[in-house]
Amino acid sequence: MEYTAEVMDHFSNPRNVGTIEDASGIGTVGNAQCGDIMKIYLKIENDTVEDAKFKTFGCGAAVATSSIATELIIGKTIAEALQITNKKVMDALGGLPSTKVHCSLLAEEALHAAFWDYAQKNDLTIEGVKPPQEHEH
Amino acid sequence: MLYFDNAATTPIREEAFQAMLPFLRGRYGNPSAVYSLAREARKAIEEARKNVARAIGADANEIVFTSGGTEANNWVLTALKNFEKKPHIITSSIEHHAVLHVCQGLEKDGLADITYLPVDKNGFVSPKDLSAAIRADTRLISIMWANNEIGTIQPISELAKIAKDNGILFHSDAVQAVGHIPVDMTAIPADFLTISAHKFGGPKAVGTLYIRKGNKLSPFIRGGAQERNRRAGTENVAGIVGMGAAIKSAQIGLAQENQRLSGLRDTLIDLIEENIPKSKLNGPRGNDRLPGNVNFTFDYIEGESMLLLLDMNGCAASSGSACSSASLEPSHVLMALGVTHEHAHGSIRFSLGKINKEEDLDALMTFLPKIVTQLRAMSPLAE
Repeated sequence: MEYTAEVMDHFSNPRNVGTIEDASGIGTVGNAQCGDIMKIYLKIENDTVEDAKFKTFGCGAAVATSSIATELIIGKTIAEALQITNKKVMDALGGLPSTKVHCSLLAEEALHAAFWDYAQKNDLTIEGVKPPQEHEH
Repeated sequence: MLYFDNAATTPIREEAFQAMLPFLRGRYGNPSAVYSLAREARKAIEEARKNVARAIGADANEIVFTSGGTEANNWVLTALKNFEKKPHIITSSIEHHAVLHVCQGLEKDGLADITYLPVDKNGFVSPKDLSAAIRADTRLISIMWANNEIGTIQPISELAKIAKDNGILFHSDAVQAVGHIPVDMTAIPADFLTISAHKFGGPKAVGTLYIRKGNKLSPFIRGGAQERNRRAGTENVAGIVGMGAAIKSAQIGLAQENQRLSGLRDTLIDLIEENIPKSKLNGPRGNDRLPGNVNFTFDYIEGESMLLLLDMNGCAASSGSACSSASLEPSHVLMALGVTHEHAHGSIRFSLGKINKEEDLDALMTFLPKIVTQLRAMSPLAE
């Protein structure tokens, strides 16, 4: 199993690590049983992602997908950010080993979970947001 | 390069390398042939057999060369199905996959009933549990001598005696023990023993199944009369010669090396415990732990990311966690100790060997605490 240079770059110099005090939405996915836990914090203003931060417990790919996912959505409108699929996360990283594809799915789900949380808190309905779900990764 | 993965494999010993060379070049004769070129190879194999036998207190006839530890384990466990319809086998829940997966395969194919004994929080099998698990149809007990992940050395003498007293065959996967700690088959009433050469400075892909005199196993690999009809296939002459030379060299300094490595092990344990908060040693302390084994869980950190950062610092170690499939399997050994998934996913093994010196530990400690801090800063569990 080998990681691309992009994965190693995002793993060793992860972007946007941290938390947001007054986050508009927080999404947590995965569990310790799976070995990956991803938590994404969003700051949303005027329908736009002003800032995104993450904390991740997991393998190199889990860290890299969290890092790139936050990078991809900052500055985007909610509708644009929801276009970020696991495929786009993978493409941005130059691919992932087949056994690590689930990490990119986790990143997509973490984004949706954070937007879902934002919608719940603000009593909004956002087109295309998937609610967080319990599953085994 | 800081190499702390000696339980995975070891660099080849100079004595073994030198002994092998002639058989990779000029002395290419097939040991089964009659001419003098072949007899040289035959003689070298028999010399290696004596070296292996001597190292474990066995008779040369009791040593059969295999392609490694995995083959030896497969052989013992699957040969049993030839004895009767569906025998009962007792093993432990912390065996290497080369035993565990064979047992699971037998179970799945309906060829054997298996009992997996639990272990205590330090990885020990209880002799009481073993006695209680014995049934009228129990034919084999297979318990590893020492654990590859957490270094637990089992009370093998006691366990083997229980088997003998009950008239049951006893096998031990001694891959982590032979060449590292004393293994004396005159003192332990075990019937079968698995040995792997590359764990003590021998070449890869060669090992031994010790078969105590009086025990007959039907061959696992058929197709020739090699190894006195017990294991077919033209012998891996260079490999066998290398194994013989390596075990001889390992035995010569075993007591001193054992003491030196135990010292290094305890120093590293102290250094980690003193310098890294929330680090937990997995496995026992003291003489019941393999001399080169150190295994820690650093709270809130996952194993693979740790290994990647260690590698970036030129350090090779290993993790029990295998985040490599859709269903992520934490180490079965750690889980058997009764720890949480989170704990099991975060274990890191540093296994020390002949090539490690005290200064390696100081070098490791220049970056290990930093890596832990860096990953904890990223972990949602540390909040």
